[in-house]
Amino acid sequence: MYRYDHYDQSIVDARVDEFRDQVTRRLSGQLTEDQFKPIRLMNGLYLQLHAYMLRVAIPYGTLDSRQMRMLGSIARDHDRGYGHFTTRQNLQFNWIKLEETPDILAKLATVEMHAIQTSGNCIRNISSDQFAGAAADEVADPRPWAELIRQWSTFHPEFSYLPRKFKIAVIAADEDRAAMRLHDIGIQLVERDGLLGARIYVGGGMGRTPMIAPLIRDFVAADDLMSYLEAALRVYNRYGRRDNIYKARIKILVHEIGADAYRAQVEEEFAAVKQLGLDPPAAELARITAMFAAPPFDPAAPAEIDRTDPDFALWLDQNVRAHKAPGYSIVTISLKPVGGIPGDATADQIDLVADLAERHSFDELRVTHAQNLVLPHVRTSDLHAIWQQLADAGLAEPNLDLATDIIACPGLDYCSLANARSIPLAQKLSERLAPVQHNLGELKMKISGCINACGHHHAGHIGILGVDKKGTENYQLSFGGSGAEDVSLAKITGPGFDEDGVVDAVERATDTYRTLREPGERFLDTYRRVGMQPFKEAIYG
Amino acid sequence: MADRDQSEIGGEPLLRFRDDQPHDEPAVTLDAFLADQTPEPSGATAVRLEAGDDARALLPHLDRLALIEVSFPTFRDGRGYSAARILREAGYSGELRAAGDVLVDQLPLMRRCGFDSFAPEAEIDAATLRRSLSRYDYRYQRGADPIAPVWKLRGG
Amino acid sequence: MKLLTGNDLATGDVTWWTGSGWSRHVEDAADVGADGEAIARAEEGARRVNVPYVIDAAATPDGPRPAHIKDRIRALGPTVRPDLTLKPADPQAGSWVI
Repeated sequence: MYRYDHYDQSIVDARVDEFRDQVTRRLSGQLTEDQFKPIRLMNGLYLQLHAYMLRVAIPYGTLDSRQMRMLGSIARDHDRGYGHFTTRQNLQFNWIKLEETPDILAKLATVEMHAIQTSGNCIRNISSDQFAGAAADEVADPRPWAELIRQWSTFHPEFSYLPRKFKIAVIAADEDRAAMRLHDIGIQLVERDGLLGARIYVGGGMGRTPMIAPLIRDFVAADDLMSYLEAALRVYNRYGRRDNIYKARIKILVHEIGADAYRAQVEEEFAAVKQLGLDPPAAELARITAMFAAPPFDPAAPAEIDRTDPDFALWLDQNVRAHKAPGYSIVTISLKPVGGIPGDATADQIDLVADLAERHSFDELRVTHAQNLVLPHVRTSDLHAIWQQLADAGLAEPNLDLATDIIACPGLDYCSLANARSIPLAQKLSERLAPVQHNLGELKMKISGCINACGHHHAGHIGILGVDKKGTENYQLSFGGSGAEDVSLAKITGPGFDEDGVVDAVERATDTYRTLREPGERFLDTYRRVGMQPFKEAIYG
Repeated sequence: MADRDQSEIGGEPLLRFRDDQPHDEPAVTLDAFLADQTPEPSGATAVRLEAGDDARALLPHLDRLALIEVSFPTFRDGRGYSAARILREAGYSGELRAAGDVLVDQLPLMRRCGFDSFAPEAEIDAATLRRSLSRYDYRYQRGADPIAPVWKLRGG
Repeated sequence: MKLLTGNDLATGDVTWWTGSGWSRHVEDAADVGADGEAIARAEEGARRVNVPYVIDAAATPDGPRPAHIKDRIRALGPTVRPDLTLKPADPQAGSWVI
């Protein structure tokens, strides 16, 4: 994985110093809250319902055991013993004190971590495929490209006061495990004439006005990518709407002027900026790529596995995926125990996962946008031992992509933007559906506590949006979304429900699916085939 | 590049990073400047761009201009950063002034976009500014300034 | 009744105006009547509170109860982690929120 050199370290250290200075100025009154807010947000610090919240960047969701242990240590020393993994592959601490933030950032900097641009109207943490470097279906590891973009976008002088936030995802496989086309810019690495390049989608997103990003350019060569992104962002910075915060994302610009007009403007800008020498030489991508070289897999690693323990076999079938190297496997560690809080991990769990990564996964870990963790490079013969340790720590729920593997934002229990709680609903749904989840098969359930859609409800096979209905929590149910390669936006079923009502409605919908499904059909497939009507009748009839 | 020069224009504090004398001709609006191009220009050499103005409209006239002032109606409005880049990329070498709601924490970024003079609405603390401008030794990307990005330094 | 609430600038803790200062406990909150905005401006200016705002609340035998669920959750803590609320030993605390 990527390692800082003294340039990277110097930049991150300077950022700690800068933020310390900014916090001092805020505490002494030199900065008003109005002036400080964008500054703290650009460093991932929010003021939430109960305290400050610090969002730590985990670039493209990759980290090592040393970094993971630091997160555990900060959870113990500065928070309340836990952290929350997010749909942006980051980690949030919920109980942070402003006055301690500079020291926390200084600790993070010692392990090559930071909170730079994890919020604010700037280019956010670059997200990617959690199976990068381990999946058999990728044309290349997308992370070196993501790292190149991370560096280009860090403290970008022109793009730090964009109309609105800006999210970029990079993937390199046809199977989309990162909701790529629901990003402001989605990049898929593709091969053309033996050359690797970027296919660029622009203008996707969730939020209040969900949109699927249209294809804007079929192929951008590696040595043109920064110029092209510079052009794509400049058009947005100049012409994105600033009169209405709800229409300020790039998706609205692309939608209003049309993909063709946007493409033409970007091409014109690209032709101009391409002359400026903004693109790093091939040697820089090569330097970064070398750090993502495959670990030294043992070619003699045995592939056989003893499946006699049925609980272990169930976990194998559900949470373990094939690795590109024979004798190795990709393990997803579920942070979705039945009835638990999606994405939360205690400091002890964080430490255990760090230990497992160090001992069994070439010291590498991943965070998924579905709020789970991944050990990407595990010897298949180690799986049973790992499973036992995970089970002892409550981390072996065999539910990857099943109905209880629910994405949920923090909701009104923590978030100052939320209109309704997400977590208690996730817990009730999880308990209700746990007995039938293996029968139901793949079912992606996603819950957001407000229209901002941090819980990706638009992309849920079943999506739920919490709203405020005259001071009480109300939940809108929707079906048919997908954040994968078969990307689609979910449609609302009808009138909303209270918390228990929506749990009942989901159960009636899954019962309907079980009645109507044809062999091999997922909930999503059945819904797409039969449409909303039979589900509507079951729910409202 | 000169050290920071604190002077005043019309009673407003002005921070300059240029060796020449401040340009004291009042800036005209972009519309007024463009309307004046035919048939016989009166010779305005200073223009004020509002945040929504298209900086590219000035590109044919850059060699006549000594001052371009870019307005920042609120510190959140980042369009002026792109205006500055566009003007510098086209070779403009006159004074480029950021005026309005310009905050100390933004100055380093504005400098990188090519601004070399600042007329902030609110006073900027000199010590904070000094720290702010000297804090980062390295930059990841190329800007309008001559600073080499780290990928260039890494390349040796 | 009207309450004035905000967060402590340095720690982020939820605080309530008591009439003479700030408390972490909504039970101590005082009715600010029509003076909320003025107190908020003065206290924010003195940095004794951050992002203060005035809310509606009902007087109950157990003390003030904020009208909106968001402020009741702020007053108590996250409903999904009773151990982290201000009333970790009270099994009924959650029902006060709803």
